[in-house]
Amino acid sequence: MKQNLLPAVKLTLICLVFFSGIYTFALIGIAKLTPNGGNAETAEHDGHVHYINLAQSFTQDNYFWSRPSTVGYNAAGSGGSNKGPTNAEYLATVQARIDTFIVHNPGVAKSDIPSELVTASGSGLDPHVSVQGARVQAQRVANARGLAPGVVLKLIDENTDAPLLGLFGPTTVNVLELNLALDAASK
Amino acid sequence: MMNTELFGILVMFFGTLLLAIPLGRNIARVYGGERSLLDPVMGPVERFFFRFSGIDAKREMNWKEHLKALLTINMIWFLWTMFVLMNQGWLPWNPDGNPSMSADLAFNTAISFVVNCNLQHYSGETGATYFSQVFGMMFLQFVSAATGMAAAAMVFNALRERTSEKLGNFYDYFLKSLTRVLLPLSVVVAVLLMFSGTPQTAAGKDSIVTLQGDSVEVSLGPVAGFVAIKHLGTNGGGFFGTNSAHPLENPSYFTNIVEMISQLIIPMAMVFALGYYLKRRKFAWMVFGVMTAGFLALAIPNIVMEVNGSPAINALGISQSSGAMEGKEMRLGAAASGFWSIVTTVISTGSVNSMHDSSMPLSGMNELLAMMTNAFYGGVGVGILNVFVFIILAVFISGLMVGRTPEFMGKKIEAREMKIALIVALLHPLMILAGTALAAYGITHDPSYAWLNNPGAHGFSEMLYEYTSAAANNGSGFEGLGDNTPWWNISTGIVLILSRFLPIIGPLAIAGLLAQKKYIPESAGTLKTDTGTFGVMVFGVIAIVAALSFFPALALGPIAEYFSF
Repeated sequence: MKQNLLPAVKLTLICLVFFSGIYTFALIGIAKLTPNGGNAETAEHDGHVHYINLAQSFTQDNYFWSRPSTVGYNAAGSGGSNKGPTNAEYLATVQARIDTFIVHNPGVAKSDIPSELVTASGSGLDPHVSVQGARVQAQRVANARGLAPGVVLKLIDENTDAPLLGLFGPTTVNVLELNLALDAASK
Repeated sequence: MMNTELFGILVMFFGTLLLAIPLGRNIARVYGGERSLLDPVMGPVERFFFRFSGIDAKREMNWKEHLKALLTINMIWFLWTMFVLMNQGWLPWNPDGNPSMSADLAFNTAISFVVNCNLQHYSGETGATYFSQVFGMMFLQFVSAATGMAAAAMVFNALRERTSEKLGNFYDYFLKSLTRVLLPLSVVVAVLLMFSGTPQTAAGKDSIVTLQGDSVEVSLGPVAGFVAIKHLGTNGGGFFGTNSAHPLENPSYFTNIVEMISQLIIPMAMVFALGYYLKRRKFAWMVFGVMTAGFLALAIPNIVMEVNGSPAINALGISQSSGAMEGKEMRLGAAASGFWSIVTTVISTGSVNSMHDSSMPLSGMNELLAMMTNAFYGGVGVGILNVFVFIILAVFISGLMVGRTPEFMGKKIEAREMKIALIVALLHPLMILAGTALAAYGITHDPSYAWLNNPGAHGFSEMLYEYTSAAANNGSGFEGLGDNTPWWNISTGIVLILSRFLPIIGPLAIAGLLAQKKYIPESAGTLKTDTGTFGVMVFGVIAIVAALSFFPALALGPIAEYFSF
């Protein structure tokens, strides 16, 4: 024990300098060379910066809605509901979300609402929905903006992210990017 | 559309396997002291480290000296991290102005990162500073992984065909694990993540106004470097509260593939490294086969159940074309989330890309079983130690069954080794079941503790999961559990220490004892350990010792919940 103590302290010190300090700050230096310069991906719109990988709260009928969030879409923190699948209180919450959705989207059949629109994401900041999750909101958005439904559906197609290399993973729509495109098209 | 999600899983699994074989060969070279790729760069760095620390890395140690060196330096890391966490409020590099941790939370966090578990009873955004993340948590993510690898390297050395007390140098194995494996791979992974939208910055929170005009904040930080070693070292502690479900920690399907491969690669490579090191590649494939059989038996049902979605949501009449999406992220999808939930629990990473608390009941059971067995690949370094214990048990039992002297790698297995192996194997269920029983007693006799987020059987599963995760040094959780209380911080802290160090001490002792014994060359009377038959025996021992001890507890939790649909 004793003959190990001093070498261990010294080895710890130099490991701290090397594996914590130099590693981290060298990476921060390399990060400056990346497209985002070490920050997350952002997009400018009307002088405001938006983090396109972070969901925003959309409650108005003229915007596509993001998935429910248990942290109020505030990326100061993050969190899921952590509700178990048989929790009665949780199932009542989901039912209430379905009812609200149908009030705002009359004419949509219940069986066309995909589950991600009424279940909370893992991070509370999930920016995506499925293609079906966007399409099912198209009529509402078109009505609220006085646009032809075809225009809105076309915007959804243009803002659909194909699987990685067309081969791997799900097909998704980034709600924030879609809404930004929608604002640009409505001008 | 679902096919692309399945292709994604295939590329993650087979991609890892293809990379793990050459990495395993390289690891074997490094521990064997042979020439390897990074000698010209890292050789001088290592010599500088040893000169500075006054360590003679050429001095060979016996197994007891290994243990002393290992335990001493771990104690220093624990004290350093306790100091950092309890004082992070005034220490430098705290741009978000987060407070210091309470003593019980700092105790739990420090232990949990020293032992490679990363249980995290805090959330990174509000509970830690950049200084403590980088010089506390991330530092431990590097060195705790290297500790496990160094212990495995000593066991490799002890199993060679000779009689000796000299089993290499702990510091040498430890530092080379860092400089030759963990650091170079971390740099590669971090750069890939940075180019894909993961932040790596010294700046604090950003404030933005959303499209609808709300003001919100965005937590940032030196995330990419942290996430790289969190996976490569099978640590699993996230920079942000929701770990790899967070869109900045895991921004795309591509980063999900990178993070998946980086957590699975070293546990797989260590198996192949064993084969190359001992020149027993067939034996390595036998071990790999047992592990893969167990892994697939748990992973495939989870993928299917999560893709099919929840029966309770079906009853509400909506579409589950996306799968069971509560607690999951769209860009990753239900299939990759179900797959990840088993990878992270079999290999003791404990990082999550979906909230396990909201998994389907039997998916939750498989996540628990993955940690209860804790040997299907297993954590960096320690996975191979866990399976070593099961192999010793299997050798002994099969030896008795066919009437042959139990021998392993030319060494007789005798009473002393068997006692150690049994104590290690039985410690795991003891920790989990005793802890859960005490907590269940507590909450039923004083409901005012109110630490459960869900009622009934699922609430029981939350407590069972927490102790299982602690005992498996995993670090994932049914995160609904309100676990930042003195009871949970201290009780899981104790489970963490015992469940980390006894399963290291045990195999090291067995290997050390075996190494001293006379080497008996293989003969017709030797029990063959590199055959499929023996593989089935090992699998049987794991199933009986690990899985069956937990059946009653699983029946009270996830199985009861399943039948309540």
